[in-house]
Amino acid sequence: MIAIVDYRAGNLVSVKKAVDRLGFTCAITSDPAVVERAEKVIVPGVGHFAATATLTDTGLREAIANVFRHGTPFFGICVGMQWMFESSEEAPGTAGLGVFPGQCTHFSPEVKAPHVGWNDLEIEAGSQLLRGVPSGAFVYFTHSYRAPLVAGTVARCDYGGLFSAAVECGHLFGVQFHPEKSGETGLAILDNFCRF
Amino acid sequence: MLTKRIIACLDVDAGRVVKGVRFLDLRDAGDPAELASAHSRAGADEIVLLDISATHQNRAILLDAVRRAARELFVPFTVGGGIRSLEDAAAVFAAGADKISINSAALADPTLITRIAERYGSQAVIVAVDAKRLPRANGACWEVRSAGGRKPTGRDALEWVREAESRGAGEFLLTSMDRDGTGSGFDCELTAAVVGATSIPVIASGGAGGPQHFVTVFREGRADAALAASIFHFGLNSVAELKQELRAAGIPVRWPC
Repeated sequence: MIAIVDYRAGNLVSVKKAVDRLGFTCAITSDPAVVERAEKVIVPGVGHFAATATLTDTGLREAIANVFRHGTPFFGICVGMQWMFESSEEAPGTAGLGVFPGQCTHFSPEVKAPHVGWNDLEIEAGSQLLRGVPSGAFVYFTHSYRAPLVAGTVARCDYGGLFSAAVECGHLFGVQFHPEKSGETGLAILDNFCRF
Repeated sequence: MLTKRIIACLDVDAGRVVKGVRFLDLRDAGDPAELASAHSRAGADEIVLLDISATHQNRAILLDAVRRAARELFVPFTVGGGIRSLEDAAAVFAAGADKISINSAALADPTLITRIAERYGSQAVIVAVDAKRLPRANGACWEVRSAGGRKPTGRDALEWVREAESRGAGEFLLTSMDRDGTGSGFDCELTAAVVGATSIPVIASGGAGGPQHFVTVFREGRADAALAASIFHFGLNSVAELKQELRAAGIPVRWPC
């Protein structure tokens, strides 16, 4: 069973619908015990970085730390990916998980924020998550803060400068875009995770 | 590079599409779920479903249509028409919409924008603005209309979009009441004025009569996206054909799609 973690931020229906469509069993849950027992864990997210504080308050952060230790595949989407970094300018007092180093920052003033729409990916060879997805493929973004480029960056995107569109470290994966809203390309990426 | 979005709009009355972008051999009127999925496959970057009747008794029928459309749709999906409260919005989100579009209700009570944005995020709140040009000696000026463009509000469109943005709107769906249905092209002056007045994305609507009008509204109107309704009127069969024309003119679009 794939656990889709509900921390009361935005709408999780579309992520569940996409995983259902791919033929995998999943459940939306806010129960730390269910998250720890799951075969795979997805943290979706739209909205504010500060909402991730709820994960700490409800015991979900601890459950996710155990998930990391057990080697359970983990997938952070949008704010869920940003949470895998150390922090974000959006909520300086809220600590991220620190899987990847650095801070998420607001887009530079010369481009419009939020970054909304379909943009293309520059993909690194050898990514597990993006296997079969060609460089130049388009995916759907909607966000005002961007993650820095790190050693674990497997896809870059350019909007007022390059940022991390996808990151990967062993069994831990994150994407800034919305695979559940990115047509066939997005479904292929979600499928790669669900099969990992 | 961030591409310009082409958004397919379906007008729905009592659970059936009554006007919309014609796709290949499918007839205009039809099932919203079937048509939404067809437009997505044909290259639409997003789908908007507008409930044009928005009566109380049709609400359950609408939600069922949204649910069925959402099941097969893996691109952003917006639902508008008749959303008057946070509860109305919640029902539409639960049925599978990614964004809602509000218009008259936001004008009547602008705090509605904030309340929906706080719960679902600003990216989920589109404020639809129907603007009508006012005759004025020095410079252009547009008034916001409510109730589907029938009711003048006395509010300046640029002043309203600034307020709506500050209250948490994530995008604007801007319709020119002067151009809507004329086929004479988008109002690029209005679009550019709204784009200049705000920092969030603007979807241009009203007046498209040919592919060249889309090129112009992206270039001169600086629109981030454009709504395609009834493109079969200018001899195209699908959104993909429109995108091919835009590509040839050097406008960045999602391709292949």
